[in-house]
Parts: sequence; structure tokens; C-alpha cells
Amino acid sequence: MIEPGQPAPDFTLPDQDGKEVSLGDFAGRTLVLVFYPSDFSPVCTDQLNVYQEVLGELEERGVHLVGVSVDSAWTHKAFQADLGVTIPLLADFHPKGAVTQAYGLWNEEYGVSARALVMVGPDGEVRWAYRSASPIEIPGANLIFDALDQQRAA
Amino acid sequence: MPTSSSTPWTSSGPPEQGPDDHVRGEGPLVVEYADLECAFCAKTNELLAGAPVRRVFRHFPMTSKHPRARRLAHAAEAASLQGAFWELHDSLYSDQGRLDDPHLWQRARELGLDLERFESDRRSDAVAERVERDFRSGIRAGVTTTPTLFVDGEAHPGVPGAELLARLGCT
Repeated sequence: MIEPGQPAPDFTLPDQDGKEVSLGDFAGRTLVLVFYPSDFSPVCTDQLNVYQEVLGELEERGVHLVGVSVDSAWTHKAFQADLGVTIPLLADFHPKGAVTQAYGLWNEEYGVSARALVMVGPDGEVRWAYRSASPIEIPGANLIFDALDQQRAA
Repeated sequence: MPTSSSTPWTSSGPPEQGPDDHVRGEGPLVVEYADLECAFCAKTNELLAGAPVRRVFRHFPMTSKHPRARRLAHAAEAASLQGAFWELHDSLYSDQGRLDDPHLWQRARELGLDLERFESDRRSDAVAERVERDFRSGIRAGVTTTPTLFVDGEAHPGVPGAELLARLGCT
């Protein structure tokens, strides 16, 4: 997994509407990349829903949240509507998992991403990274706030 | 007591019973984070009925998934101000198909609540604040799904399985 202090690997991926989103779009802001294994698995459903509940609070702190999985933009569109969330979802679909691999989060056995959170600072450097011990362990939103507080204290 | 707006969102330990929690039953403490528009929570309520445990209910409305969740939480708090929290809680869980305003009025009438007071209370800042405080305590405890039960400080997400139910003395 990518480590704090390393430059975040650049990416350009389509979101759920097919619009290209790049790491550079978030320059000067804090970005949290939410890597998750798969759209429509019950576990992810709760994860993005709970982050959606605190999105206003994160935005107030200038933090942007973006989901990433190997599903296609079309699937992301349906998934986002099904969940009722506004968090943009990026399709690491073709070449499959290339960005996930660059972040060191590839799960070779299942051909999906590990469940992980990566916080990228305004300067494009990784500030914090958390990988769930297992795909069924959902990192709580509290961990994001902990990481933000640590950033502020540092 | 700090207001929700000054409460941080960072990690806390597992939740403990607070002075103004909704509590019922006697026995080991079970702190439950739940959403009143959540079928899995309704099921859990059914499974835990009559269990020899001290149940603490905390609101964890997932509004993106359940658009009525926060409104129902506010209604339950308004009922609580008339001493009928658990009555409305059980009423909502027993029939998840009727959760809109006219149904709430009907339920409040059936419980013998002062409807006018119920209406103003459920829209009050104090009630919203009370629900928000529960929600934030859940975020701080790392809750990511409803229901989540905390037993002996350990989180159990989802509808409790046979093993946990046996441990809680449910038969």
C-alpha cells in the first residue's frame, strides 16, 4: 500500500457520468480516495451511505471524497442512484485496476481493490492511508476525522 | 453537557450508557445504534424483545438510504417528551409500511399523545440536537451499519446471529 509522504500516483478516470476526473483537479484541496471492492455488494452499500451522512461536515473542512472501484462508469451510475449518494464514483475499469495497482491496493485473488482509504493533501502528497484487515471490515467515518485532526496537529 | 455542534467527530471508545439515554430492561448492557426506517433494525427489535438485557437505543439515521429516518427519529424524541419513546419506537418497527406524517399522527393519537405538542416538539431544535448527538456518538464509535449492537464494548454490525442471540439470552 502507498505510504504517507509519497506522492499520490496521478490518475484520470471516468466518473459515473463518464466525465474524466484527475488527481490534479483536487490540487490545493484535501482528497480522500475511498477504494472498495465492488458496486452493489451489501458491505460497500453501508460504507458509502455512512460517509454520505458526514459529507457536509467534511466539505466544511475542505475535504473531498471520491469512491474508486473496478466497476464501469455505467454500473457506478446505477449504484450511486441506488444508494442515494452524491459521492462521485470513479471507474478504474480499463485497463482494469491500473490506478488501484498504482496505489498498491490490488487484490489479485479476486481481481478487485482492497478496501482502503487514502488521504491526499493539497500538495498531492499522501497524508494518510488505511487498509481494512478484511474486505468485510468497513472503516468508520471517525477514522477520517482522526486523520484530519492529526494533520492539523502536525 | 456539550451540544452536538461542539462535539468532535473523532474516535471514542465503545459507547457507555449516558444519563438521558433511552433504556429498557434489566441485565447486561446492549447499546444499539439503529434507524427507525430500517427493516433490519425492525427485525432486530423483534429478536431482542423480552431478552434479559438492558437495552440502550441510540439514533443512527441513514438518510441517504432512508429518507424518512431522521424525521422518524425526531418523532420518537417528541414522543419521548410525553413519556412514550418505546411505545412509538415499537409502533414504528411493527409496521414499516406506514411511516409518513398522517401515519405518525394516527400513531400518536393511538398512544394518547397530545398531538399539538407532538407536532411542535418534533420540529424543535432541542429534539434535532438530541438525535444529532446520538448520531455523532455512533460515528465516533465507528458505526457503519444499522443496526450495530455494542455488547461488552464490542461492535456487532447487522442483525444479530444465533450465537449473539444465545449469548444475550434470547430464546
